[in-house]
Amino acid sequence: MNILVIIKMAPDLVEELSIDASGTALDTQWLRLLPNEFDEFALEQAILLKERVGANVTVVAPQADGIEDALFTAAAKGADHLIELTGEPENLNNHALARAIAALIPALQPTLVLTGVQAHNDLDGQSGALLAGLLDWPYVGYVSGVQIVERKAHVRKEYPGGLLAEIEVDLPAVLGIQASDEPPRYVAFSKVRQAMQSATIEKRDIGVLNCSGGTVISRMFQPEAKGHAKMLTGDTQEVVARLVEILQTSGAV
Amino acid sequence: MSANILVVAEHLHGQVLDITYVMLAGARRLAKATGGKVIALLLSENVQALSQNFNADIVRSYNHPAFEDFSNDAYLHVLEGEVKEEQPRVVLFGHTTIGMDLASVLSARLDLPLVSQVQRFEALNFISQICGGKILAEGALPEPTALVTMTPGGYKTEEGQGQNPPIETKQAAGVEKKRARLVRFIEPPISDVDISKEAVLVSVGRGLQNQEDLAMVERLAHALHGAVSASRPLVDKGWLPTSRLVGKSGKAVRPKLYLALGISGAPEHVEAITNSEIILAVNTDPNAPIFDFAQYGVEMDLTELLPALLEKLEQEKVS
Repeated sequence: MNILVIIKMAPDLVEELSIDASGTALDTQWLRLLPNEFDEFALEQAILLKERVGANVTVVAPQADGIEDALFTAAAKGADHLIELTGEPENLNNHALARAIAALIPALQPTLVLTGVQAHNDLDGQSGALLAGLLDWPYVGYVSGVQIVERKAHVRKEYPGGLLAEIEVDLPAVLGIQASDEPPRYVAFSKVRQAMQSATIEKRDIGVLNCSGGTVISRMFQPEAKGHAKMLTGDTQEVVARLVEILQTSGAV
Repeated sequence: MSANILVVAEHLHGQVLDITYVMLAGARRLAKATGGKVIALLLSENVQALSQNFNADIVRSYNHPAFEDFSNDAYLHVLEGEVKEEQPRVVLFGHTTIGMDLASVLSARLDLPLVSQVQRFEALNFISQICGGKILAEGALPEPTALVTMTPGGYKTEEGQGQNPPIETKQAAGVEKKRARLVRFIEPPISDVDISKEAVLVSVGRGLQNQEDLAMVERLAHALHGAVSASRPLVDKGWLPTSRLVGKSGKAVRPKLYLALGISGAPEHVEAITNSEIILAVNTDPNAPIFDFAQYGVEMDLTELLPALLEKLEQEKVS
Protein backbone atom coordinates (compact mmCIF):
# COMPACT_ATOMS: atom_id res chain seq x y z
CA MET A 1 0.00 0.00 0.00
CA ASN A 2 1.24 3.47 -0.89
CA ILE A 3 0.35 6.31 1.46
CA LEU A 4 0.83 9.90 0.42
CA VAL A 5 1.04 12.53 3.16
CA ILE A 6 0.72 16.23 2.33
CA ILE A 7 2.35 18.64 4.78
CA LYS A 8 2.78 22.41 4.70
CA MET A 9 4.08 25.17 6.91
CA ALA A 10 1.84 27.65 8.75
CA PRO A 11 2.58 30.75 10.85
CA ASP A 12 3.52 30.13 14.48
CA LEU A 13 0.65 31.67 16.45
CA VAL A 14 2.73 32.13 19.57
CA GLU A 15 4.70 34.86 17.78
CA GLU A 16 3.21 38.28 17.22
CA LEU A 17 1.72 38.54 13.74
CA SER A 18 1.81 41.76 11.74
CA ILE A 19 0.45 42.94 8.40
CA ASP A 20 2.82 43.96 5.59
CA ALA A 21 2.95 47.34 3.79
CA SER A 22 0.44 46.24 1.13
CA GLY A 23 -2.15 45.79 3.89
CA THR A 24 -3.35 42.56 2.31
CA ALA A 25 -0.99 39.90 3.67
CA LEU A 26 0.98 38.88 6.73
CA ASP A 27 4.42 40.43 7.04
CA THR A 28 6.73 37.51 6.29
CA GLN A 29 9.93 39.22 7.36
CA TRP A 30 9.75 38.11 10.99
CA LEU A 31 7.21 35.38 10.50
CA ARG A 32 8.18 32.07 12.05
CA LEU A 33 6.72 29.05 10.26
CA LEU A 34 5.97 25.68 11.83
CA PRO A 35 4.62 22.51 10.23
CA ASN A 36 0.82 22.69 10.31
CA GLU A 37 -0.02 20.72 13.47
CA PHE A 38 -2.80 18.66 11.85
CA ASP A 39 -0.36 17.63 9.09
CA GLU A 40 1.90 16.28 11.84
CA PHE A 41 -0.99 14.10 13.02
CA ALA A 42 -1.52 12.96 9.40
CA LEU A 43 2.15 11.96 9.16
CA GLU A 44 1.96 10.08 12.48
CA GLN A 45 -1.15 8.22 11.30
CA ALA A 46 0.68 7.20 8.11
CA ILE A 47 3.69 5.90 10.06
CA LEU A 48 1.39 3.99 12.45
CA LEU A 49 -0.31 2.34 9.46
CA LYS A 50 3.08 1.50 7.98
CA GLU A 51 4.05 -0.21 11.24
CA ARG A 52 0.76 -2.10 11.50
CA VAL A 53 -0.01 -3.23 7.97
CA GLY A 54 3.05 -2.29 5.97
CA ALA A 55 3.08 0.68 3.62
CA ASN A 56 5.34 2.87 1.58
CA VAL A 57 5.02 6.42 2.88
CA THR A 58 5.70 9.40 0.63
CA VAL A 59 5.63 12.90 2.10
CA VAL A 60 5.08 15.84 -0.22
CA ALA A 61 5.33 19.50 0.75
CA PRO A 62 5.40 22.85 -1.01
CA GLN A 63 8.63 24.83 -0.68
CA ALA A 64 8.75 27.13 2.35
CA ASP A 65 11.16 28.29 5.06
CA GLY A 66 11.92 25.29 7.25
CA ILE A 67 10.26 22.71 5.00
CA GLU A 68 13.47 20.71 4.47
CA ASP A 69 13.84 20.23 8.23
CA ALA A 70 10.21 19.13 8.38
CA LEU A 71 10.78 16.63 5.55
CA PHE A 72 13.96 15.20 7.10
CA THR A 73 12.12 14.91 10.42
CA ALA A 74 9.44 12.92 8.58
CA ALA A 75 12.18 10.62 7.22
CA ALA A 76 13.59 10.17 10.73
CA LYS A 77 10.11 9.12 11.86
CA GLY A 78 9.89 6.51 9.10
CA ALA A 79 8.79 8.17 5.84
CA ASP A 80 10.29 6.44 2.79
CA HIS A 81 10.23 9.11 0.12
CA LEU A 82 10.35 12.92 0.31
CA ILE A 83 9.15 15.37 -2.34
CA GLU A 84 9.46 19.16 -2.24
CA LEU A 85 7.32 21.10 -4.71
CA THR A 86 9.23 24.06 -6.06
CA GLY A 87 8.00 26.96 -8.17
CA GLU A 88 6.33 30.15 -7.00
CA PRO A 89 5.44 29.19 -3.44
CA GLU A 90 4.57 32.72 -2.31
CA ASN A 91 1.42 32.68 -4.45
CA LEU A 92 0.41 29.16 -3.59
CA ASN A 93 -3.16 28.72 -2.40
CA ASN A 94 -4.92 25.48 -1.50
CA HIS A 95 -6.54 25.18 -4.94
CA ALA A 96 -3.15 25.42 -6.67
CA LEU A 97 -1.60 22.99 -4.16
CA ALA A 98 -4.39 20.45 -4.71
CA ARG A 99 -3.93 20.69 -8.50
CA ALA A 100 -0.15 20.21 -8.16
CA ILE A 101 -0.67 17.12 -5.98
CA ALA A 102 -3.35 15.74 -8.33
CA ALA A 103 -0.78 15.85 -11.13
CA LEU A 104 1.54 13.57 -9.07
CA ILE A 105 -1.10 10.92 -8.37
CA PRO A 106 -0.66 8.84 -11.57
CA ALA A 107 3.07 8.44 -10.86
CA LEU A 108 2.78 7.85 -7.10
CA GLN A 109 -0.29 5.58 -7.19
CA PRO A 110 -1.33 6.10 -3.56
CA THR A 111 -4.11 4.03 -2.01
CA LEU A 112 -4.57 6.57 0.75
CA VAL A 113 -3.83 10.29 0.90
CA LEU A 114 -3.59 11.75 4.42
CA THR A 115 -3.31 15.42 5.28
CA GLY A 116 -4.33 17.74 8.09
CA VAL A 117 -8.05 18.49 8.13
CA GLN A 118 -7.23 22.20 7.95
CA ALA A 119 -4.63 24.86 8.64
CA HIS A 120 -5.45 27.92 10.75
CA ASN A 121 -4.66 30.25 7.84
CA ASP A 122 -6.76 28.46 5.18
CA LEU A 123 -8.73 31.00 3.16
CA ASP A 124 -9.78 28.92 0.17
CA GLY A 125 -10.88 25.58 1.56
CA GLN A 126 -8.79 22.58 2.53
CA SER A 127 -6.18 20.99 0.29
CA GLY A 128 -7.24 17.40 1.10
CA ALA A 129 -10.92 17.87 0.31
CA LEU A 130 -10.05 19.87 -2.82
CA LEU A 131 -7.80 17.04 -3.98
CA ALA A 132 -10.57 14.48 -3.39
CA GLY A 133 -12.88 16.64 -5.50
CA LEU A 134 -10.36 16.88 -8.34
CA LEU A 135 -9.70 13.12 -8.31
CA ASP A 136 -13.34 12.18 -7.62
CA TRP A 137 -12.18 10.06 -4.67
CA PRO A 138 -14.15 9.68 -1.43
CA TYR A 139 -13.29 12.18 1.30
CA VAL A 140 -13.80 12.13 5.04
CA GLY A 141 -12.54 14.97 7.22
CA TYR A 142 -12.16 15.41 11.00
CA VAL A 143 -10.72 11.93 11.24
CA SER A 144 -9.12 10.93 14.54
CA GLY A 145 -8.00 7.37 13.87
CA VAL A 146 -7.59 5.04 10.87
CA GLN A 147 -7.49 1.29 10.48
CA ILE A 148 -7.26 -0.80 7.34
CA VAL A 149 -9.76 -3.67 7.31
CA GLU A 150 -10.07 -5.91 4.26
CA ARG A 151 -8.90 -3.31 1.73
CA LYS A 152 -11.11 -0.61 3.18
CA ALA A 153 -10.34 2.16 5.61
CA HIS A 154 -12.26 2.24 8.88
CA VAL A 155 -12.03 5.74 10.26
CA ARG A 156 -13.21 7.53 13.36
CA LYS A 157 -14.90 10.79 12.35
CA GLU A 158 -15.83 13.60 14.68
CA TYR A 159 -19.29 15.11 14.50
CA PRO A 160 -20.49 18.19 16.38
CA GLY A 161 -21.12 17.84 20.12
CA GLY A 162 -18.25 15.47 20.80
CA LEU A 163 -19.98 12.65 18.93
CA LEU A 164 -17.78 10.13 17.15
CA ALA A 165 -18.73 7.81 14.31
CA GLU A 166 -17.04 4.85 12.70
CA ILE A 167 -17.10 5.17 8.92
CA GLU A 168 -16.07 2.60 6.33
CA VAL A 169 -14.39 4.19 3.32
CA ASP A 170 -13.70 2.66 -0.08
CA LEU A 171 -10.11 3.02 -1.27
CA PRO A 172 -8.45 4.93 -2.78
CA ALA A 173 -9.52 7.84 -0.61
CA VAL A 174 -8.39 11.13 0.85
CA LEU A 175 -8.71 11.67 4.61
CA GLY A 176 -8.51 14.99 6.48
CA ILE A 177 -6.82 14.16 9.79
CA GLN A 178 -7.68 15.89 13.05
CA ALA A 179 -5.71 13.56 15.32
CA SER A 180 -3.84 10.28 14.98
CA ASP A 181 -4.49 7.08 16.93
CA GLU A 182 -1.49 7.98 19.05
CA PRO A 183 0.15 11.38 19.59
CA PRO A 184 2.98 12.26 17.16
CA ARG A 185 6.22 10.57 18.19
CA TYR A 186 9.26 12.51 19.25
CA VAL A 187 12.49 12.04 17.35
CA ALA A 188 15.84 13.08 18.68
CA PHE A 189 17.71 15.66 16.64
CA SER A 190 20.56 13.16 16.12
CA LYS A 191 18.09 10.95 14.21
CA VAL A 192 17.04 13.92 12.08
CA ARG A 193 20.69 14.68 11.37
CA GLN A 194 21.21 11.08 10.31
CA ALA A 195 18.22 11.38 7.98
CA MET A 196 19.74 14.52 6.49
CA GLN A 197 22.71 12.42 5.45
CA SER A 198 20.89 9.31 4.26
CA ALA A 199 17.58 10.56 2.84
CA THR A 200 17.18 12.71 -0.25
CA ILE A 201 14.53 15.24 -1.09
CA GLU A 202 13.26 14.95 -4.64
CA LYS A 203 12.50 18.41 -6.02
CA ARG A 204 9.64 18.77 -8.45
CA ASP A 205 8.92 22.04 -10.19
CA ILE A 206 5.19 22.64 -10.29
CA GLY A 207 5.58 25.23 -13.04
CA VAL A 208 2.95 27.89 -13.56
CA LEU A 209 0.43 27.87 -10.74
CA ASN A 210 -3.28 27.60 -11.40
CA CYS A 211 -4.78 29.45 -8.43
CA SER A 212 -8.33 29.77 -9.76
CA GLY A 213 -10.97 29.04 -7.16
CA GLY A 214 -9.05 30.96 -4.52
CA THR A 215 -9.83 34.28 -2.90
CA VAL A 216 -8.45 37.76 -3.35
CA ILE A 217 -7.87 39.71 -0.14
CA SER A 218 -8.34 43.48 -0.31
CA ARG A 219 -7.59 44.19 3.35
CA MET A 220 -6.00 42.29 6.21
CA PHE A 221 -6.19 43.65 9.74
CA GLN A 222 -6.13 42.75 13.40
CA PRO A 223 -9.44 42.58 15.24
CA GLU A 224 -10.25 45.35 17.64
CA ALA A 225 -11.11 43.89 20.99
CA LYS A 226 -14.60 44.70 22.23
CA GLY A 227 -13.43 44.44 25.79
CA HIS A 228 -10.41 43.37 27.75
CA ALA A 229 -9.92 41.38 30.89
CA LYS A 230 -9.05 43.20 34.08
CA MET A 231 -5.46 42.08 34.50
CA LEU A 232 -4.32 40.99 37.95
CA THR A 233 -0.81 42.27 38.44
CA GLY A 234 1.87 42.12 41.09
CA ASP A 235 4.12 39.34 42.33
CA THR A 236 2.91 35.75 42.51
CA GLN A 237 1.63 36.06 46.08
CA GLU A 238 -0.32 39.23 45.30
CA VAL A 239 -1.87 37.70 42.19
CA VAL A 240 -2.79 34.53 44.06
CA ALA A 241 -4.41 36.51 46.91
CA ARG A 242 -6.51 38.46 44.41
CA LEU A 243 -7.40 35.26 42.55
CA VAL A 244 -8.63 33.59 45.72
CA GLU A 245 -10.79 36.65 46.47
CA ILE A 246 -12.39 36.37 43.03
CA LEU A 247 -12.91 32.63 43.46
CA GLN A 248 -14.56 33.29 46.83
CA THR A 249 -16.88 35.97 45.44
CA SER A 250 -17.87 33.69 42.59
CA GLY A 251 -18.91 31.08 45.15
CA ALA A 252 -16.43 28.47 43.93
CA VAL A 253 -14.56 28.36 47.24
CA MET B 1 -26.67 33.52 -12.26
CA SER B 2 -29.47 34.25 -9.79
CA ALA B 3 -29.37 36.71 -6.89
CA ASN B 4 -30.41 34.00 -4.45
CA ILE B 5 -28.49 32.78 -1.42
CA LEU B 6 -28.45 29.06 -0.73
CA VAL B 7 -27.91 27.81 2.83
CA VAL B 8 -26.95 24.17 3.35
CA ALA B 9 -28.75 23.47 6.64
CA GLU B 10 -26.91 21.27 9.15
CA HIS B 11 -28.69 18.87 11.43
CA LEU B 12 -27.80 15.73 13.33
CA HIS B 13 -29.90 13.22 15.25
CA GLY B 14 -33.09 15.17 14.59
CA GLN B 15 -31.70 18.48 15.87
CA VAL B 16 -30.91 21.58 13.83
CA LEU B 17 -27.37 22.68 14.63
CA ASP B 18 -26.89 26.30 15.74
CA ILE B 19 -24.58 27.08 12.84
CA THR B 20 -27.61 26.73 10.55
CA TYR B 21 -29.24 29.76 12.19
CA VAL B 22 -25.98 31.71 12.05
CA MET B 23 -25.83 30.98 8.30
CA LEU B 24 -29.47 32.01 7.82
CA ALA B 25 -28.68 35.30 9.58
CA GLY B 26 -25.71 35.85 7.25
CA ALA B 27 -27.82 34.87 4.24
CA ARG B 28 -30.42 37.51 5.19
CA ARG B 29 -27.76 40.23 5.03
CA LEU B 30 -26.48 38.95 1.69
CA ALA B 31 -29.96 38.69 0.18
CA LYS B 32 -30.56 42.32 1.11
CA ALA B 33 -27.47 43.26 -0.90
CA THR B 34 -28.32 41.09 -3.92
CA GLY B 35 -32.11 41.54 -3.89
CA GLY B 36 -32.52 37.76 -4.00
CA LYS B 37 -34.19 35.18 -1.81
CA VAL B 38 -32.83 33.06 1.04
CA ILE B 39 -33.27 29.39 0.19
CA ALA B 40 -32.57 26.88 2.95
CA LEU B 41 -31.59 23.53 1.54
CA LEU B 42 -32.63 20.77 3.90
CA LEU B 43 -31.62 17.20 3.20
CA SER B 44 -33.60 15.16 5.66
CA GLU B 45 -36.51 12.82 6.10
CA ASN B 46 -37.96 15.05 8.76
CA VAL B 47 -38.33 18.40 6.98
CA GLN B 48 -41.48 19.74 8.61
CA ALA B 49 -40.23 19.50 12.16
CA LEU B 50 -36.71 20.74 11.46
CA SER B 51 -37.45 23.80 9.34
CA GLN B 52 -40.24 25.47 11.34
CA ASN B 53 -38.03 28.11 12.85
CA PHE B 54 -35.93 29.01 9.77
CA ASN B 55 -35.59 32.66 8.80
CA ALA B 56 -35.72 31.81 5.08
CA ASP B 57 -37.96 32.61 2.11
CA ILE B 58 -38.13 29.02 0.94
CA VAL B 59 -37.12 25.67 2.38
CA ARG B 60 -36.14 23.33 -0.41
CA SER B 61 -36.18 19.80 0.81
CA TYR B 62 -34.94 16.52 -0.50
CA ASN B 63 -36.35 13.53 1.34
CA HIS B 64 -34.43 10.31 1.30
CA PRO B 65 -33.30 7.80 3.92
CA ALA B 66 -29.74 8.29 2.59
CA PHE B 67 -29.63 11.68 4.36
CA GLU B 68 -30.60 10.36 7.76
CA ASP B 69 -27.04 10.34 8.99
CA PHE B 70 -24.76 12.78 7.27
CA SER B 71 -23.17 11.28 4.14
CA ASN B 72 -21.01 13.54 2.04
CA ASP B 73 -21.49 11.45 -1.13
CA ALA B 74 -25.28 11.72 -0.88
CA TYR B 75 -25.16 15.42 -0.02
CA LEU B 76 -22.69 16.21 -2.79
CA HIS B 77 -24.81 14.45 -5.38
CA VAL B 78 -27.77 16.71 -4.57
CA LEU B 79 -25.66 19.85 -4.12
CA GLU B 80 -23.99 19.50 -7.51
CA GLY B 81 -27.35 19.42 -9.27
CA GLU B 82 -28.82 22.15 -7.09
CA VAL B 83 -25.94 24.61 -7.58
CA LYS B 84 -25.81 23.97 -11.35
CA GLU B 85 -29.54 24.52 -11.72
CA GLU B 86 -30.04 27.39 -9.28
CA GLN B 87 -26.73 29.19 -9.98
CA PRO B 88 -27.04 31.12 -6.71
CA ARG B 89 -24.86 34.14 -5.98
CA VAL B 90 -23.61 32.54 -2.73
CA VAL B 91 -23.81 29.07 -1.12
CA LEU B 92 -23.26 28.99 2.66
CA PHE B 93 -21.85 25.97 4.49
CA GLY B 94 -20.80 25.65 8.13
CA HIS B 95 -17.07 25.71 8.78
CA THR B 96 -17.81 22.54 10.70
CA THR B 97 -17.17 18.82 10.69
CA ILE B 98 -20.09 18.57 8.25
CA GLY B 99 -19.76 21.64 6.01
CA MET B 100 -16.02 21.25 5.57
CA ASP B 101 -16.56 17.74 4.15
CA LEU B 102 -18.68 19.33 1.41
CA ALA B 103 -17.56 22.81 0.39
CA SER B 104 -14.02 22.10 -0.84
CA VAL B 105 -15.03 18.96 -2.71
CA LEU B 106 -17.81 20.90 -4.44
CA SER B 107 -15.45 23.78 -5.26
CA ALA B 108 -13.09 21.38 -7.05
CA ARG B 109 -15.84 19.47 -8.82
CA LEU B 110 -17.73 22.52 -10.13
CA ASP B 111 -14.67 24.75 -10.48
CA LEU B 112 -16.29 27.42 -8.33
CA PRO B 113 -14.41 29.76 -5.96
CA LEU B 114 -14.43 29.12 -2.22
CA VAL B 115 -13.89 31.36 0.81
CA SER B 116 -13.22 29.77 4.23
CA GLN B 117 -13.62 30.78 7.87
CA VAL B 118 -16.01 33.65 7.11
CA GLN B 119 -17.33 35.30 10.25
CA ARG B 120 -19.51 38.03 8.74
CA PHE B 121 -20.41 39.99 5.64
CA GLU B 122 -20.40 43.66 4.80
CA ALA B 123 -22.60 44.13 1.71
CA LEU B 124 -21.03 41.62 -0.71
CA ASN B 125 -17.68 41.55 1.06
CA PHE B 126 -16.64 38.68 3.32
CA ILE B 127 -14.61 38.99 6.51
CA SER B 128 -12.73 35.83 7.44
CA GLN B 129 -11.21 35.17 10.81
CA ILE B 130 -7.90 33.34 10.46
CA CYS B 131 -4.78 32.46 12.48
CA GLY B 132 -6.74 31.42 15.55
CA GLY B 133 -8.74 34.65 15.60
CA LYS B 134 -5.68 36.92 15.53
CA ILE B 135 -6.15 38.14 11.94
CA LEU B 136 -9.14 39.26 9.85
CA ALA B 137 -9.08 39.13 6.04
CA GLU B 138 -11.57 41.00 3.89
CA GLY B 139 -12.38 40.71 0.19
CA ALA B 140 -15.18 40.75 -2.36
CA LEU B 141 -17.20 37.54 -2.64
CA PRO B 142 -15.88 35.99 -5.87
CA GLU B 143 -18.14 35.44 -8.88
CA PRO B 144 -20.10 33.80 -10.40
CA THR B 145 -21.12 31.68 -7.39
CA ALA B 146 -19.13 32.02 -4.18
CA LEU B 147 -19.02 28.95 -1.94
CA VAL B 148 -18.46 30.02 1.67
CA THR B 149 -17.79 28.19 4.93
CA MET B 150 -18.98 30.17 7.96
CA THR B 151 -17.70 30.18 11.52
CA PRO B 152 -19.98 31.12 14.43
CA GLY B 153 -19.57 34.37 16.32
CA GLY B 154 -20.54 36.91 13.68
CA TYR B 155 -24.31 36.66 14.08
CA LYS B 156 -26.66 35.64 16.85
CA THR B 157 -28.63 32.45 16.26
CA GLU B 158 -31.91 34.32 17.00
CA GLU B 159 -31.38 36.41 13.86
CA GLY B 160 -31.64 33.25 11.79
CA GLN B 161 -34.87 32.15 13.42
CA GLY B 162 -38.51 33.11 13.40
CA GLN B 163 -40.43 32.24 10.25
CA ASN B 164 -42.36 29.31 9.02
CA PRO B 165 -41.29 29.34 5.38
CA PRO B 166 -43.05 27.40 2.62
CA ILE B 167 -41.53 24.02 1.84
CA GLU B 168 -40.72 22.99 -1.69
CA THR B 169 -40.09 19.26 -2.02
CA LYS B 170 -37.82 17.82 -4.69
CA GLN B 171 -36.96 14.27 -5.61
CA ALA B 172 -33.57 12.93 -4.66
CA ALA B 173 -32.33 10.36 -7.15
CA GLY B 174 -29.09 8.44 -7.31
CA VAL B 175 -28.07 9.15 -3.73
CA GLU B 176 -27.82 5.53 -2.59
CA LYS B 177 -24.23 5.08 -3.72
CA LYS B 178 -22.04 5.95 -0.78
CA ARG B 179 -18.32 5.40 -0.91
CA ALA B 180 -18.06 6.31 2.78
CA ARG B 181 -20.64 4.53 4.92
CA LEU B 182 -21.60 5.01 8.55
CA VAL B 183 -20.89 1.84 10.51
CA ARG B 184 -22.01 3.14 13.91
CA PHE B 185 -22.06 6.16 16.17
CA ILE B 186 -19.70 5.85 19.10
CA GLU B 187 -21.56 7.44 22.01
CA PRO B 188 -19.35 9.03 24.66
CA PRO B 189 -18.95 6.92 27.83
CA ILE B 190 -21.76 7.93 30.18
CA SER B 191 -19.73 7.23 33.30
CA ASP B 192 -17.66 10.35 32.73
CA VAL B 193 -18.67 13.81 33.99
CA ASP B 194 -20.84 15.95 31.76
CA ILE B 195 -18.84 19.18 31.45
CA SER B 196 -21.86 21.02 30.02
CA LYS B 197 -23.52 20.69 33.44
CA GLU B 198 -20.63 21.62 35.74
CA ALA B 199 -20.76 24.91 37.69
CA VAL B 200 -16.97 25.25 37.80
CA LEU B 201 -14.64 24.22 35.01
CA VAL B 202 -10.87 24.27 35.20
CA SER B 203 -9.95 24.15 31.55
CA VAL B 204 -6.45 23.60 30.21
CA GLY B 205 -4.85 24.18 26.83
CA ARG B 206 -1.58 24.15 25.00
CA GLY B 207 0.06 26.35 27.66
CA LEU B 208 0.23 23.28 29.90
CA GLN B 209 3.36 21.71 28.56
CA ASN B 210 4.00 18.69 30.74
CA GLN B 211 1.50 15.93 31.24
CA GLU B 212 2.61 15.56 34.89
CA ASP B 213 1.29 19.07 35.57
CA LEU B 214 -2.23 17.80 34.93
CA ALA B 215 -2.15 16.50 38.50
CA MET B 216 -2.06 20.09 39.78
CA VAL B 217 -4.97 20.97 37.53
CA GLU B 218 -6.96 18.03 38.92
CA ARG B 219 -6.18 19.19 42.45
CA LEU B 220 -7.36 22.71 41.64
CA ALA B 221 -10.61 21.40 40.13
CA HIS B 222 -11.14 19.30 43.24
CA ALA B 223 -10.53 22.27 45.54
CA LEU B 224 -13.06 24.33 43.57
CA HIS B 225 -15.62 21.47 43.42
CA GLY B 226 -15.43 21.52 39.66
CA ALA B 227 -14.22 19.37 36.78
CA VAL B 228 -11.28 19.48 34.40
CA SER B 229 -11.97 20.27 30.77
CA ALA B 230 -9.62 21.07 27.90
CA SER B 231 -9.18 22.75 24.57
CA ARG B 232 -8.33 20.88 21.39
CA PRO B 233 -4.53 20.39 21.59
CA LEU B 234 -4.55 18.42 24.86
CA VAL B 235 -7.36 16.14 23.69
CA ASP B 236 -5.52 15.52 20.41
CA LYS B 237 -2.43 14.62 22.44
CA GLY B 238 -4.52 12.04 24.25
CA TRP B 239 -4.02 13.64 27.70
CA LEU B 240 -7.76 13.99 28.26
CA PRO B 241 -10.73 12.16 26.66
CA THR B 242 -12.97 13.75 24.00
CA SER B 243 -15.76 13.97 26.58
CA ARG B 244 -13.78 16.77 28.26
CA LEU B 245 -13.36 18.79 25.06
CA VAL B 246 -14.75 22.33 25.04
CA GLY B 247 -15.15 23.71 21.53
CA LYS B 248 -16.41 23.23 18.03
CA SER B 249 -16.37 19.47 17.83
CA GLY B 250 -16.71 19.13 21.58
CA LYS B 251 -19.21 20.66 23.95
CA ALA B 252 -20.55 24.13 24.62
CA VAL B 253 -20.43 24.93 28.34
CA ARG B 254 -22.14 27.45 30.63
CA PRO B 255 -20.49 27.26 34.09
CA LYS B 256 -20.59 29.94 36.74
CA LEU B 257 -16.81 30.03 36.64
CA TYR B 258 -14.60 29.11 33.72
CA LEU B 259 -10.86 29.05 34.40
CA ALA B 260 -9.00 29.12 31.08
CA LEU B 261 -5.45 27.98 31.84
CA GLY B 262 -2.99 28.26 28.95
CA ILE B 263 -5.80 28.54 26.42
CA SER B 264 -5.17 31.13 23.70
CA GLY B 265 -8.83 31.64 22.82
CA ALA B 266 -9.20 30.46 19.23
CA PRO B 267 -12.68 31.21 17.78
CA GLU B 268 -13.79 27.57 17.91
CA HIS B 269 -13.06 27.50 21.63
CA VAL B 270 -14.46 30.90 22.49
CA GLU B 271 -17.80 30.18 20.80
CA ALA B 272 -18.34 27.34 23.26
CA ILE B 273 -17.68 29.34 26.45
CA THR B 274 -19.51 32.62 25.80
CA ASN B 275 -22.36 31.63 28.12
CA SER B 276 -20.05 31.28 31.13
CA GLU B 277 -20.80 33.75 33.94
CA ILE B 278 -17.19 34.52 34.82
CA ILE B 279 -14.19 33.73 32.64
CA LEU B 280 -10.79 33.96 34.25
CA ALA B 281 -7.83 33.47 31.93
CA VAL B 282 -4.19 32.69 32.63
CA ASN B 283 -1.72 32.94 29.76
CA THR B 284 1.90 33.94 29.21
CA ASP B 285 1.00 35.73 25.95
CA PRO B 286 -0.41 39.20 26.77
CA ASN B 287 -1.90 39.33 23.25
CA ALA B 288 -3.77 36.03 23.56
CA PRO B 289 -7.33 36.58 22.23
CA ILE B 290 -8.75 34.93 25.39
CA PHE B 291 -8.03 38.16 27.31
CA ASP B 292 -10.56 39.95 25.08
CA PHE B 293 -13.32 37.66 26.32
CA ALA B 294 -12.34 37.07 29.94
CA GLN B 295 -13.39 39.33 32.80
CA TYR B 296 -10.14 38.68 34.67
CA GLY B 297 -6.70 37.89 33.34
CA VAL B 298 -3.32 36.84 34.67
CA GLU B 299 -0.17 36.98 32.58
CA MET B 300 1.88 34.24 34.18
CA ASP B 301 3.30 30.77 33.61
CA LEU B 302 1.09 27.98 34.90
CA THR B 303 3.97 26.17 36.56
CA GLU B 304 4.56 29.29 38.65
CA LEU B 305 0.93 30.13 39.40
CA LEU B 306 -0.61 26.72 40.06
CA PRO B 307 1.57 25.60 43.01
CA ALA B 308 1.16 28.99 44.72
CA LEU B 309 -2.59 29.03 44.15
CA LEU B 310 -3.01 25.47 45.44
CA GLU B 311 -0.99 26.26 48.54
CA LYS B 312 -3.07 29.37 49.27
CA LEU B 313 -6.33 27.45 48.79
CA GLU B 314 -5.14 24.73 51.18
CA GLN B 315 -4.28 27.40 53.79
CA GLU B 316 -7.70 29.04 53.39
CA LYS B 317 -9.31 25.68 53.95
CA VAL B 318 -7.33 25.06 57.13
CA SER B 319 -7.97 28.52 58.51
